[in-house]
Amino acid sequence: MNWLTHFFTSSIGKKIIMSLTGLFLIIFLLVHLIGNLQLLYNDGGKAFNLYAKFMTTNPLIKLSSYLLYAGILLHAIQGMVLWSQNRKAKGRKYEVYNSTTTSFASRHMGWLGVIITAFLILHLVQFWAKMKFGTVDMITIDGMEVKDLYSVVLFTFKNPIYVVVYLISMLVIGNHLNHGFSSTFQSLGLNHKKYTPLIKKIGVAYSFIIPAAYAAIPLIMYFTK
Amino acid sequence: MKLTLKIWRQKNANAQGTFESHQVEADEHMSFLEMLDVLNEDLVSQKKEPVSFEHDCREGICGTCNLVIDGRPHGPNQGTTTCQLHMRHFKNGDTITIEPWRANAFPIIKDLVVDRTAFDRIIQSGGYVAVNTGQAQDGNAIPIEKDQSGEAFDAATCIGCGACVAACPNASAMLFVSAKVSHLDLLPQGKVESAKRVQQMVNQMDAEGFGNCTNTGACEADCPKEIQLTNIARLNRLYTSSMFSTSKKY
Amino acid sequence: MIDLKSNVPEGELAEKWTKYRSTMNLVAPNNKRRIEVIVVGTGLAGAAAAATLGELGYQVKAFTFHDSPRRAHSIAAQGGINAAKNYQNDGDSIYRLFYDTIKGGDYRSREANVHRLAEVSRDIIDQCVAQGVPFAREYGGLLANRSFGGVQVSRTFYARGQTGQQLLIGAYQALARQINAGTVTMYNRHEMLDLVKIDGKARGIITRNLLTGEIEKHAAHCVVLGTGGYGNVFYLSTNAMNSNVTAAWRSVRRGALMANPCFTQIHPTCIPVSGEYQSKLTLMSESLRNDGRVWVPKKKEDAVAIQQRKKKGTDIPEEDRDYYLERRYPAFGNLVPRDVASRAAKVECDKGHGVSPTGLAVFLDFGAAIIRYGKSEANKTGVKNASHAKILELGEQVVEAKYGNLFEMYEKITGENPYKEPMKIYPAVHYTMGGLWVDYNLETNVSGLFALGEANFSDHGANRLGASALMQGLADGYFVIPYTIGQFLSKEIRTPMIDSNHEAFNEAAKSCKARIDKMFAINGNQSVESFHKRLGKIMWEYCGMARNAEGLNKGIKMIQELKAEYYSDVFVPGSNEEFNPELEKALRVADFLELGEVMMRDALNREESCGGHFREEYQTPEGEALRNDADFTYVAAWQWEEGQKEASLHKENLVFDNVELKTRSYK
Repeated sequence: MNWLTHFFTSSIGKKIIMSLTGLFLIIFLLVHLIGNLQLLYNDGGKAFNLYAKFMTTNPLIKLSSYLLYAGILLHAIQGMVLWSQNRKAKGRKYEVYNSTTTSFASRHMGWLGVIITAFLILHLVQFWAKMKFGTVDMITIDGMEVKDLYSVVLFTFKNPIYVVVYLISMLVIGNHLNHGFSSTFQSLGLNHKKYTPLIKKIGVAYSFIIPAAYAAIPLIMYFTK
Repeated sequence: MKLTLKIWRQKNANAQGTFESHQVEADEHMSFLEMLDVLNEDLVSQKKEPVSFEHDCREGICGTCNLVIDGRPHGPNQGTTTCQLHMRHFKNGDTITIEPWRANAFPIIKDLVVDRTAFDRIIQSGGYVAVNTGQAQDGNAIPIEKDQSGEAFDAATCIGCGACVAACPNASAMLFVSAKVSHLDLLPQGKVESAKRVQQMVNQMDAEGFGNCTNTGACEADCPKEIQLTNIARLNRLYTSSMFSTSKKY
Repeated sequence: MIDLKSNVPEGELAEKWTKYRSTMNLVAPNNKRRIEVIVVGTGLAGAAAAATLGELGYQVKAFTFHDSPRRAHSIAAQGGINAAKNYQNDGDSIYRLFYDTIKGGDYRSREANVHRLAEVSRDIIDQCVAQGVPFAREYGGLLANRSFGGVQVSRTFYARGQTGQQLLIGAYQALARQINAGTVTMYNRHEMLDLVKIDGKARGIITRNLLTGEIEKHAAHCVVLGTGGYGNVFYLSTNAMNSNVTAAWRSVRRGALMANPCFTQIHPTCIPVSGEYQSKLTLMSESLRNDGRVWVPKKKEDAVAIQQRKKKGTDIPEEDRDYYLERRYPAFGNLVPRDVASRAAKVECDKGHGVSPTGLAVFLDFGAAIIRYGKSEANKTGVKNASHAKILELGEQVVEAKYGNLFEMYEKITGENPYKEPMKIYPAVHYTMGGLWVDYNLETNVSGLFALGEANFSDHGANRLGASALMQGLADGYFVIPYTIGQFLSKEIRTPMIDSNHEAFNEAAKSCKARIDKMFAINGNQSVESFHKRLGKIMWEYCGMARNAEGLNKGIKMIQELKAEYYSDVFVPGSNEEFNPELEKALRVADFLELGEVMMRDALNREESCGGHFREEYQTPEGEALRNDADFTYVAAWQWEEGQKEASLHKENLVFDNVELKTRSYK
């Protein structure tokens, strides 16, 4: 076996894939959030629609979006494979369930991941697919013809069911991040007496702040726009 | 104190296992295993088959005893093996569930006894310093920094009981493997073969069918010798760097 | 009478081993590949021997009844390992280690063996360091030492309180490496049930596969036993629950001799028995006696009140305490050797001054040490007029730094806080100096059968010094047997592989099966455990810390009766063809019953007091041990072959050319 294949199929290699793709997605979440916060400008969606146009046409962004798809797929598929392997390795579960020594998130990364995947599909169908393949009204901003994605978003977030769905999903993502953030560093072997406690704190903060900021978007749009 | 024990009984590796309930009269000064001795004496006096469980030194160092007590390997007390757990930590009227280590790599032999030879095979694959008897230089020839030596010692205190695997929801053996890899890597004597060792031990670990680590930290929490997760990070680091280095692959 | 030749080489004591090693017969590498060696037991001695013999190129088969070699009871040794390195520049030398060991053993060991032990002690440390044993180190990165009982130099190497564990893991890893290399074949969960002799030579063993019950025949050119001691004959001891004498005893039944079986070490600082259900005893390191003061109440009524839990140790005022060790042995005080301290505790408890509900415990009190350390710490840190509470707080911190892990272990087991209340301790069986008789080559009187470590008798005489058991196990395994086995095997290079279908193997396998069948056939009403307990009580009562002719005669009779009852009323559940710990125990206890009788006979025969053997008839007016060098400077080796009605005695006279026999005094 080639050494690289050997590495990535070993138990540690598989973790490295999870952690590298995870780290990539963690960064993506931040970038994505910064863009989306433009939904909250009081400009009738002008900034956001221009941003959406930029995101769908810039070749560099296109390239990185393929990377993103690959990362999500790899993270999800590898996660499923590990989940099933680990369940098999454990065999029968204990009669008495012990939840005192580990965090809820760490025990349920698989299920959290499944929910996130479902959310992701919904999210993509609602916006990405519409933008790409569906029919979105065109508007003119500063003399430029752009798709009015803002209205699509606004329409969606005026529906309380979707608001609730998004809030729950953010809760799930927060949980997933809560374990995933510091876990990424541990998997990469970056555990340090001095710095690990700090990384853990940042991880907790990140897993709280980012989903909260995301959750704020549908809430604000529902109540104020 | 009167206790109800719910114990896993399984005739042999292939038999179907089931839980069996027993009443036992215990004294708070008894160790957990002595409480089981009392039960077994009682069973034998009724000409019934006693519960098979493993134990040897009964002072927390040989690593033989291995019971999952109310869902936790070695019971509720931190840094304590089953044999050092005493009944004063339980209350009159308690129901205690006792199960064997659960992991496919540790097949059940009988009742609460499991086969942990997978650990031996992992050590055999590379968990040593390749030095023949008589080849050694003077013991003081290489000074080793005190704290570094202490860290190696902390990793070397692993008793090979398998609680890490039993506690892990994925039945991963990473804490065990990383403890040995760390112990030897932290000493100049073991450093020499570090790349080879880490690859061979990880290969063997994977071949034994242990699960993958998902950093839940369950192993660290239930390790009776309180071996730390930092060792697993070190293992990840050493393995990854050895695979990406130009050194030989195993 | 068997002529017991020690085979000690000629020459000056210090030259013997070096010269012998350089002139002994060798087995060429090409021949080693054709020679098989069986090693039974994989503790320090067995694992070290199997690994080293494998490295040399022999075909080794190693056996352990454990699930892994790493479980052997060597792992539980706490204190350390001695070596005459003189790293501390305090005047240590090979001769001094040799002399201390001979004297500590009360002049009942073989000079040449002990000197060799002292010589190779230094190589052991080097070897272990190279294997990655994390010994304690100083700030400069060099190896640290501490001192131990009975000596005036600092020569003990240690790895916190887990020296045995670290050394065993070193040997285990060396063994694992050879298993991986294919030179050693490992048989886990196999218990040796018989020795097979062909033409008078040991040629193999019969084992029971503990998982399947299969009786297996294993052949080799010779057999090495590293099967440990027999302290569990006392039922309650600091030995592991599964430690047993079966391999050694079955060899005795095939003609090997059991030497000095009555020499048992009783360790003074163990956690006392708390109840009938107790299965084993836990040792607290000897180092505690450096700071702890041993006492019992002066007034019997105080002791009774404590026994009835009406009073606590802290309720007894200073003037009503009897610090009996300091009173009786002003020079050594609380630091007298193990045998002396143990006996003194027994004397006080026999007088009714014991301090536990059973009356069998004395106090080990750190109160004075805590105050002393607290005051000194207060001075050091500049705390003027420190309050009593502050002094206690500071003192407890110092004591915790020194003995924290031991105090924690004590509290885990007893549920009492030893910082606030004095510890309770009582002596317990800990080590057996006796064992299979071996010559200088570690070969028993059965040609081709070797015994190493605690399983043999050779190095500790009547009393072992602290930190010497690990030294002997590793010396025998790493540095003695790999050479001396050549003396036997060099004559065997033309012997083809031994056939395990030889008649002798079939006969032995058949007799093992018969013994097992017999156990099930009895189908009585009492558990194996209950017999073992009763045997232990008899042994402790009549062959424990103090022995006398009347008691020993009575004990022999009681054991014989117990044995008869055993074979008529024991109950072994289950069947042979499965994992059956009750059957394992049943076979082991059967052997303990026979050994126990021989121990009593040996104790009865040795009409003197020496080391761990104290005969009440032979003591000075002050109650100290009275040795009889004129009549008993010999090794008592007992023969009890199959078919022999009772054990018979053979003697090897001990010759002391280099040390003068003196009376040990600690006054």
